[in-house]
Amino acid sequence: MARNSIIGIFAKSPIKPLEKHIRIVHKCCSQLVPFFAAVTEEDWSAAGKMRTKISKLERDADELKRQIRLELPGGLFMPVDRADLLELLSQQDKIANRAKDIAGRIFGRKLTIPTELQEQFIAYVARSIDAAEKAADAINELDDLLETGFRGREVELVTKMISQLDEIEDETDGMQIKLRKDLLNIEKDLNCVDVMFLYQIIDWVGDLADLAERVGARLEILLARK
Amino acid sequence: MEILLSHGSTLVMIAAVVGFFMAWGIGANDVANAMGTSVGSKALTIKQAIIIAMVFEFAGAYLAGGEVTSTIRKGIIDPALFIDIPELLVFGMISALLAAATWLLVASILGWPVSTTHSIVGAIIGFAAIGISPDTVAWGKVGGIVGSWVITPLISGVIAFIIFNSAQKLIFDTDKPLEQAKRYVPFYMFLAGFVLSLVTIKKGLKHIGLDNINIGFYNFEVAGAGGYYLAIIVAIIVALIGKYFVTRVKFDDNADKSTHYANVEKVFAVLMVVTACCMAFAHGSNDVANAIGPLAAVVSIVDNGGEIAKKASLVWWILPLGGFGIVAGLALFGHRVIATIGKGITHLTPSRGFAAELAAACTVVIASGAGLPISTTQTLVGAVLGVGMARGIAAINLGVVRNIVISWVITLPIGAGLSIIFFWIMKAIFS
Repeated sequence: MARNSIIGIFAKSPIKPLEKHIRIVHKCCSQLVPFFAAVTEEDWSAAGKMRTKISKLERDADELKRQIRLELPGGLFMPVDRADLLELLSQQDKIANRAKDIAGRIFGRKLTIPTELQEQFIAYVARSIDAAEKAADAINELDDLLETGFRGREVELVTKMISQLDEIEDETDGMQIKLRKDLLNIEKDLNCVDVMFLYQIIDWVGDLADLAERVGARLEILLARK
Repeated sequence: MEILLSHGSTLVMIAAVVGFFMAWGIGANDVANAMGTSVGSKALTIKQAIIIAMVFEFAGAYLAGGEVTSTIRKGIIDPALFIDIPELLVFGMISALLAAATWLLVASILGWPVSTTHSIVGAIIGFAAIGISPDTVAWGKVGGIVGSWVITPLISGVIAFIIFNSAQKLIFDTDKPLEQAKRYVPFYMFLAGFVLSLVTIKKGLKHIGLDNINIGFYNFEVAGAGGYYLAIIVAIIVALIGKYFVTRVKFDDNADKSTHYANVEKVFAVLMVVTACCMAFAHGSNDVANAIGPLAAVVSIVDNGGEIAKKASLVWWILPLGGFGIVAGLALFGHRVIATIGKGITHLTPSRGFAAELAAACTVVIASGAGLPISTTQTLVGAVLGVGMARGIAAINLGVVRNIVISWVITLPIGAGLSIIFFWIMKAIFS
């Protein structure tokens, strides 16, 4: 009898789960802060715990991603383009994947950060995670965007958030350049394989901010269409 | 002719029982569609929804159901061609009722979304065109009715789009949505009250024998400008009462930005109570005719001893019978049906629900006033799609929409087929 009703035509909103997903993603990469704190103290058992936590959150995010995809059959009529929404989702998910890669690589090689670089490296990680948080905040506004039908003040607010996100990403780019330069200065004193991986880790942390920025870009596309 | 004289009261009894059964089925099933959005958006509890539905379904059926009833009774077929064979018209109308009621029962059990209106119209066309002769069907009018099934969802969709867009512009897309909501929501209440009372006053009051209303210092002539004044007065009263309730809503004072819209929704919840009343009223006004239209035809023929009176007025007990049927269906089964719907549905907020309901109710009530039997459900679906077009709803399942649309294409031939079979059976029994 329920199908006999008008209510059947309301499908489950894809927006709430999308928000939930990026919250998990953000939580996942936030764990990198205590992870690196443990790494700098060379407390590998604490770092191991953090790494497990990161992979668990990454799995949660994956699970939710799969669920959202399954719940978005083709016959849905939505205020946003279905393809855009799914693209946004996979961008979000990539942030968590990257966080897992970073933790895994560092922990796997018991890679330590050279003392001279520690302070700026931690700041660099924190700033990249800020970008992820900003992206999460912007996604969080989707609900209110729906309320206003994607226009006016709400759109301005989100656009502003996205430009802040871009600024943060710019900043991390600057930090990355400086870190590389400083690493270059001391690299001859370090184990050369470690140095290679350190460069890779620096890249990957920068990826967090890059990917967060791309989430913002996808969100912009979502708003611009239609 | 003799059949009508000897079995007249039996035939009326049969028609009354089947008509009541049909009204009961409409009450039990269809009302879920009318009230479901209110319960689904948590603007009303199930109990409140049932009470509102009872009062307003009955009022709608009684006050504004007359025009559609007369269309079903004598608009689809050409009564002039039945002058020599009135008993066939009686059999046919009873068969049509039986056919529609049976089909609704089957569809309800199987969970198919069918329209009562489409079943009864299909059934009447069926017995007349095949059972007797295709000439007996007033094809021109039928064309108009079928056309209205396509046009009304479109119209209600457009109205819903406009209403929701206006709400977004006036309320949501502003600095202080809560204040704006408090200011503008009474206007929507006014609109709802105006359309409803206008149709009731213009089309309904003459059925219950009121031509003018005298309130001491002014005599409102219902048929003239007085009707409009009266409708405006009623609408203002509705808006004022609504405003009072809006000011009484308790808001979360320390609401930050994130719960801001939650407060706005509380204002819309008040509005949704008004639109739910409208929807119940509209549903009663249009759908009760499906049950009692054929009954009215049977009663008027038998009462006139087989003569098909051109200008026969509706016998007084017929509209209330339909109204009571709907209320009885509601009281017995409405609870369960609405509960099924109310559960697990949180995807519709009052700010969307009101736009859909208001648009659908206005469209249906206007159609009722014009005597067009339309499908309440499909009008509401049209309205929901309209809100969706305004980017108001997170996701609409087009598969279900398609099912609802397909259902009426299928319902017409099945209603017709069943009624032909019943018609032949009745003919065999009584002659």
